[in-house]
Amino acid sequence: MKKKMTTVNFNGTQEQEAMLAQVIDEYKNVKGALMPVLQKAQRIYGYLPIEVQKMIADGMDVSLEEIYGVVTFYSQFILNPKGEVAIAVCMGTACYVKGSGDILNKISANIGVKSGETSSDGKYSLEATRCIGACGLAPVMTINDDVYGRIKLEEVDEILARYKK
Amino acid sequence: MIRYHILICGGTKCENSDCKGVISALEDSIKHNGLENEIKLVETGCHGLCLSDPNSIIGSLGTVIVVYPDAVTYAKVAPGDIKEIVEEHFINNRPVKRLVYDEAINGENLFSLNETPFYKNQSRIALKSCGIIDPENIDEYIANDGYQALAKVLTEMEPGEVIKTIKDSGLRGRGGAGFLTGRKWEFAADQVSDKKYVCCNADEGDPGAFMDRSVLEGDPHSVVEAMAIAGYAIGADEGYIYIRAEYPIAVNRLEIAIKQAKELGLLGNDILGTGFNFDLNIRLGAGAFVCGEETALLTSLEGNRGEPRPRPPYPAIKGLFGQPTVLNNVETYANITQIILNGAEWFASMGTEKSKGTKVFALGGKITNTGLVEIPMGTTLRKVVEEIGGGVPNNKKFKAAQTGGPSGGCIPASLIDTPIDYENLSAVGSMMGSGGLIIMDEDTCMVDIARYFLDFTVDESCGKCVPCRIGTKRIYELLKKITSGLGEMEDLDKLEILCNHVQTASLCQLGQSAPNPILSTLKYFREEYIAHVKDKRCVAGICKNLLKYIILAEKCKGCTACIQVCPTGAITGEIRKAHIIDQEKCIKCGACEQKCRFAAIIRR
Ligand SMILES: Cc1cc2nc3c(=O)[nH]c(=O)nc-3n(C[C@H](O)[C@H](O)[C@H](O)COP(=O)(O)O)c2cc1C
Ligand code: FES
Repeated sequence: MKKKMTTVNFNGTQEQEAMLAQVIDEYKNVKGALMPVLQKAQRIYGYLPIEVQKMIADGMDVSLEEIYGVVTFYSQFILNPKGEVAIAVCMGTACYVKGSGDILNKISANIGVKSGETSSDGKYSLEATRCIGACGLAPVMTINDDVYGRIKLEEVDEILARYKK
Repeated sequence: MIRYHILICGGTKCENSDCKGVISALEDSIKHNGLENEIKLVETGCHGLCLSDPNSIIGSLGTVIVVYPDAVTYAKVAPGDIKEIVEEHFINNRPVKRLVYDEAINGENLFSLNETPFYKNQSRIALKSCGIIDPENIDEYIANDGYQALAKVLTEMEPGEVIKTIKDSGLRGRGGAGFLTGRKWEFAADQVSDKKYVCCNADEGDPGAFMDRSVLEGDPHSVVEAMAIAGYAIGADEGYIYIRAEYPIAVNRLEIAIKQAKELGLLGNDILGTGFNFDLNIRLGAGAFVCGEETALLTSLEGNRGEPRPRPPYPAIKGLFGQPTVLNNVETYANITQIILNGAEWFASMGTEKSKGTKVFALGGKITNTGLVEIPMGTTLRKVVEEIGGGVPNNKKFKAAQTGGPSGGCIPASLIDTPIDYENLSAVGSMMGSGGLIIMDEDTCMVDIARYFLDFTVDESCGKCVPCRIGTKRIYELLKKITSGLGEMEDLDKLEILCNHVQTASLCQLGQSAPNPILSTLKYFREEYIAHVKDKRCVAGICKNLLKYIILAEKCKGCTACIQVCPTGAITGEIRKAHIIDQEKCIKCGACEQKCRFAAIIRR
């Protein structure tokens, strides 16, 4: 997995830290628990910046190298916060043969953000994802929690406009 | 008395449409008409039919609902349609023809769902209860013979008999490799150890496949029950289900299923008073294709980077946490209870000599009916494409079918009569894989598809062994060179040599099978590679560098929108007169095509 390091400053709260400490407590002595801890940490912070990885390393008593190795191995763990409008276009085979590549390019041109990046104001992020299992609706994309299926190239601008405000 | 049962699809695809809205509209309308005691609503898993509607409007794809006893199938139902359905169908007994699934209606005649071409040719074992029962209600599963197989095994059969039954049935792993399931169980059972594990591979990494997801969403108990049976057969008291985090509905339904089974004493200690203990845990994957590979999956379950390890030792001997472990795919498990209940001979009577039973495929791509199909092994590709799938839409020609995902290959139109089973698919250079079946038409570029899969493997290679890490990258670069129009004839030979090395020298099957998409397209579509290299032409019109963007004078309204977006000033023309693209200046970014509101710009 290629991953880009973040350029956004970390600003976690005390509250989040307490939640993380609780998760670590719960899993500290469970066999093979690093993945669930990282998954829950990502749910708390929205992403896994190096600061959070350090806290987990200390709490779980594993080296930061090991944690960094695991985080960068799996595509689900992200080092960059997602945008307010998080766009993900499916690049699974079913979607790809139905032209999701062109849709990704069009969105990228529309919002001025490259695939895999977040705009510097934190408003948009764009991502090419693996099959999300809705292949019957190909091509598919998601924006935050909304799912759009059988998208046509002409519809892209109209869909994006709904999130522009 | 209940007159009608209404089954509403709450699978991922329908959930993405507005099935919650449909359900609440139904509830309101039924109440409003005082029909509460006559109509029962059941939210089920996926019916398999993901209705294709080329004219759909964004976000309103509609939900599939089936009304029993007659199995009238409504497709694309929106909350606004409910009033009409309730008043016409349920009160006046006149099904609303306008909304009936178009293959289930012919003039005035309605067919039940099972009589449509899509279903008629299927035989459902693994998907038996998907779309029929409420997956969040254990009572419905039990009413459908659920947990009877477990009871039978625990009270009437010795572990050895269970294994013999599975062996005799001829069931082979549905996760890809097709290893005999009974043999795998036998190896693990033969190990002497005080701790063994039963694991389920629900990582479903093949992009374009969603069978396992639908089983888990539509019938989670069938997997839970089968894992307990496996536990009894090999002497394990604990199991793990490793599931993709991308499947939240499936995870949720599994959690509910496990909790309900525990409450009824069908999981946990002293199951059914027989002294047999079995417990299940769920672990979420985190998006790494290689974690579908068995040794990598087990390494990931242990909390590490999911890198594969060399085999032997096989997991059956030394698996999770170093203990004997059986790992099977979701669909493999979904067959187990049926085999126990109906017997090995029943199962072995379906399919071909070496491939017994059925296989579920996720039919997608350029095909009219997309969705899940479960067919007897040995069904021809033609039957799947032309009858069940309803053919290629928009009068395009069928070009190839892709099976096996990034590890598989493309089967050309000339081999459309190939019977689908493990042996025949390998013989034509593809493989069964986990069940993705993507149909491609004349607008799909086969070189680009090979490049697409290699891009995937390069990204997913875990990096542990050199042939896979560097070999796939070099193959990708060659394919990129060819699709960019810079290829030379000797690159084709280089590709073949590299593919052979990667195939033979990689540590795990990810690398060993990565060259399949290239080798199969090189074999069947060599002329397309040559056209890219020699004539610098991409017949399908996909490879950007080999295309020309052209403005169709008769369609161009002369609005100048394209002139304004062109980054290189390649387009000229006056307002309200057809514009022209200067091919010398054009960098083929496609911005003009996307901007044009009159579809006047085409690639050729
Ligand atoms: C790269 C790679 C990816 C795989 N992905 C999956 C998968 O997503 N799901 C699956 O069940 N098996 C997958 N397999 C196959 C597993 O290694 C293993 O054979 C299978 O889970 C065994 O179960 P079965 O005998 O029931 O098929 C994959 C294998 C490889 C090499
Ligand atoms: S390929 Fe896009 S959802 Fe499966």
